[in-house]
Amino acid sequence: MRKLLLLISAILVGLVFIARLFYLQVYSGSTYDLFEDSAILKEYTYPKRGYVYDRNGKLLVANQPSYDVMVIPREVKPLDSTDLHEFCKLLNITPEAYQRKLTRATNYSPRLPSPFVPQLSKSDYAVLQEKMRKYEGFYIQKRSLRSYQTTIGANVLGDIGEVNRSIIRKQPYYKLGDLIGKQGVEKTYETTLRGVKGIKFIQKDRFNKNIGPYKNGVFDTLPKPGKDITITIDSQLQAYGELLMKNKRGGIVAIEPGSGEILAMVSGPSYNPNLLVGRNRSKNFTKLYRDSIAKPLFDRGLQAMYPPGSPFKTLNALIALQENVVSTADRFTCNMGYRYGNRIMGCHAHKSPVNMNIGIYESCNAYFANVYRRIIDKYDSPAKGMDIWSNHIKSFGLGDFLGNDLSVGQPGKVPSAETYNRGYGKNKWYTTFTISNAIGQGEVLATPIQLANMAAAIGNRGYYYTPHIIKHIEEDTIPAAYTTPKYTTIEKKHFDPVVQGMFDVYNKGTAKMLQVKGIEICGKTGTAENFAIIDSVKTQLTDHSIFVAFAPKDNPKIAIAVFVENGYFGSRFAGRMASLMIEQYIRGEITRPDMENFVLRYSLEHEYEKPYSNAPFGINRQTTLEPIDEDEFQESLRIKAEITKS
Amino acid sequence: MLRQNQRRFKFDWFTIILFLLLVGFGYVNILSASHIGEITSYFDTSQLYGKHLIFIGLTFLLIILILSFEAKFYERFASIIYLIAILALIGLFVFGKDVNGARSWYGIGSMTIQPSEFAKFATALAVAKYISDLQTNMQTLKDQIRVAAIIFIPAILILLQNDAGSTIVYLAFFFVFYREGLQQIYLVSALSLIALAVLTLKFGILISVVATTTALITRYFLRKKKRASIFQYLLVLIVSILFSYGVKLFYDHGLKTHQQNRISLWLRLEKDPVKLELMKKREAYNLIQSEQAISSGGWTGKGFLEGTRTTGKFVPEQHTDYIFSTVGEEWGFLGSSIVVILFITLIIRILYLSESQKSQFSRVYGYGVASIFFIHFTINTGMVMGLIPTVGIPLPFFSYGGSGLWGFTILLFIFIKLDSNKINEW
Repeated sequence: MRKLLLLISAILVGLVFIARLFYLQVYSGSTYDLFEDSAILKEYTYPKRGYVYDRNGKLLVANQPSYDVMVIPREVKPLDSTDLHEFCKLLNITPEAYQRKLTRATNYSPRLPSPFVPQLSKSDYAVLQEKMRKYEGFYIQKRSLRSYQTTIGANVLGDIGEVNRSIIRKQPYYKLGDLIGKQGVEKTYETTLRGVKGIKFIQKDRFNKNIGPYKNGVFDTLPKPGKDITITIDSQLQAYGELLMKNKRGGIVAIEPGSGEILAMVSGPSYNPNLLVGRNRSKNFTKLYRDSIAKPLFDRGLQAMYPPGSPFKTLNALIALQENVVSTADRFTCNMGYRYGNRIMGCHAHKSPVNMNIGIYESCNAYFANVYRRIIDKYDSPAKGMDIWSNHIKSFGLGDFLGNDLSVGQPGKVPSAETYNRGYGKNKWYTTFTISNAIGQGEVLATPIQLANMAAAIGNRGYYYTPHIIKHIEEDTIPAAYTTPKYTTIEKKHFDPVVQGMFDVYNKGTAKMLQVKGIEICGKTGTAENFAIIDSVKTQLTDHSIFVAFAPKDNPKIAIAVFVENGYFGSRFAGRMASLMIEQYIRGEITRPDMENFVLRYSLEHEYEKPYSNAPFGINRQTTLEPIDEDEFQESLRIKAEITKS
Repeated sequence: MLRQNQRRFKFDWFTIILFLLLVGFGYVNILSASHIGEITSYFDTSQLYGKHLIFIGLTFLLIILILSFEAKFYERFASIIYLIAILALIGLFVFGKDVNGARSWYGIGSMTIQPSEFAKFATALAVAKYISDLQTNMQTLKDQIRVAAIIFIPAILILLQNDAGSTIVYLAFFFVFYREGLQQIYLVSALSLIALAVLTLKFGILISVVATTTALITRYFLRKKKRASIFQYLLVLIVSILFSYGVKLFYDHGLKTHQQNRISLWLRLEKDPVKLELMKKREAYNLIQSEQAISSGGWTGKGFLEGTRTTGKFVPEQHTDYIFSTVGEEWGFLGSSIVVILFITLIIRILYLSESQKSQFSRVYGYGVASIFFIHFTINTGMVMGLIPTVGIPLPFFSYGGSGLWGFTILLFIFIKLDSNKINEW
């Protein structure tokens, strides 16, 4: 026994130590990651972020250097009073503030750099840079921020901001403090624009001092600069659209039908993209984000799903021709509406009976109710007919994300037999249950960009290109998906009568007053009912004003959808705005100042206040037009003049 | 000539190979832990690892010297060697040089020598000499006191020089005494007192008294035969209560703040998180850095000269007391385990050889050698991996430093010499 004490102790100690080593090194240790090693300093070099140009080569987004004075408290040598005085003067701070900032930085960490005075002006930087060597422990950190060369297109261009932890977890490329595209093209083309940052691994000692490159720099990389991109936006048209949308809420999307390029993408209300740059970004972003009434960050051109209303009738006409259930000459009577069972779908006063041409330009509900029934009832069961109809509609890009390169979007909604089977039970519903689809109400929802794309497909007589925002990437090509046409299920020959109908909307129909001399515009008005819950009561509000158009009639250069919330009937605001946009784009000047003055002068803010005012209010026929201040109006005219000049 | 060759061949080569492996691997790690900037040459004497290589070179001269003496020389001159060592320790009070607050160095030109490293083998020799005397009987109190005096003299001298770590090493001789016949009661008492001390510090005097009382009552009732008188039990109880108070008093007033904090961290006594953080920052910086370095090694380590924490000199004193953290970081679980196994194997080998000695002097000395290696290895490695409170003693053959390396080499090779001579011991 006496002989064994030390032997047993030694064996025991050996086992305990090996167990402890196993616990430390294998059990609780994670796999080694150079990036998580606090002994290795990772020094990044940020490449230039790519510039953004508009379709005409106008620079929209560039970079601006930003200089932060940083401090490493433990390396700071106490300054004598003259030096301190001079340094404070250079930084534009008081000696008290100097002490306060230094204390705060020390409290955070004496060893790690803290921002001391962020974002110096360029002139301050120039003076300071010369003298910086005198002040030990302080240095200047250069960063790159965005510099917007314009005040428009905030929803298109987007912005960059600091990455959050959840992004870092998913994409380890990003480190805390890095900037990333948060919205708009900055988000969708993030990897193109940002380039690849360079990295240097530097071995530190325990005093946090650099003692040389880690492994002689074999892992170090050089930064790759970001690529410049050209977007399809016509900044002049975009600016004009934003001006027209002032004091209104809604969206305008204009597309070049021959290419699918988005010419303008307006969302009202908008904001100045410069608000989201630099030191004030988070403050301003929060303000925009918290505005739950006007929702300036909500892109109404892309995200707002509305019932498409009457413009949708054009598709029903096309399907009817394709399915061969009516001819263009077939006529239906309309006596202030379409009666089915003991119900009625109302219509306005116009001549009767109605053929397809009249049906379109007068926007006759009864005509389209009849046509729609013939489409669905052509087949043995409404379910079969509904699926056939649904497929035709979807071939125009409705009811699904368009597969575009925009950072936000909504699929909209196109019903199929399944939709009604779910609602009523299998085979327990009839065509008349779904009759609202005939006039674009009912179960159909679409976003303005989808309607603009629909107009483009009609203008092209049967095909469209996926709407996209990218026109050109430096040293790269744009995805093939944007340059291959997508064909609708409607044969080309059926488009002519419908296009003629839309042309007659301008000639003699609901948009007669919106004609622009010398430009053959095809359009379709829309007026959509809408409701809000006010004090838990479903209340009807003034109709949405909708307009869909393309021009010229043959080989269209522009297809457009305009949506103005609570703007009342289609031609009142949306129609005017569409005509103005088309003329601005095609002709470069406006020959209908009356229309322009109307749109610029009248505001809809009073409409938007109605649900919140607690006062009784009237809608539609009782609605009023409220002009803005004369000063503001003159200011709008001045902006208009500036836009046309550039 | 032939006879000499045969004799040389009787050295225990297994132990010598273990020694060479430890010194060699130690050098590799010192190189990693101490190099500053590029390594231009492994013999660059301007750097610590170059110096250590010189120490290793001198070690071989030392070995030849030790082995060339007659084995009997050590037994005969044990007392004189011991006396010289004691004198060297006393001389420190006059001629010594302060390094890090400990007055345990002689400065000779640019070199420094630490006599306490050499006092260990001298004490081991003296203890062996005394116990192996035919007159000596470890069961008697007289001899117990005398042999205790042999180890207490150097231990107290070293303590007075402010080198508490090296003092603790002398506890190693307890194993020797026990092996040579010290009564069981000492072992039981020592273990009980250690347990009681820990109990007192961790849970307070009341709990420790309750625990002692319960243990004594249980023992009293379990022992039906040969039961000691109730007064003896009471005496033990009173002594243990006094001991508890003594420990508490010593902890509160006898220890320096940093020693107190180390124990407090080890037993996790501090509950206030703010104070705990402060304490950790002040006292456990080395420990935290060393644990992190070891943990970051993983299964196989980062590789020779690839340890980022070693290269960055994150662990203070890494080339001396904390050298094992370099092994942990650069060689991982695999390398560290091999080092642990090498040490344990060395200790067991020496024990085995000791038991096979015919002369009691050789056996006792061998036991002393094994015990000293055991204590050094356990305390140093245990501290570096955070199992034992911080005590500054080197890891034999691994830690940087001439005195340490030579002290351990002499300690080991005297035994190898004694062992090689066992054939002649009839």
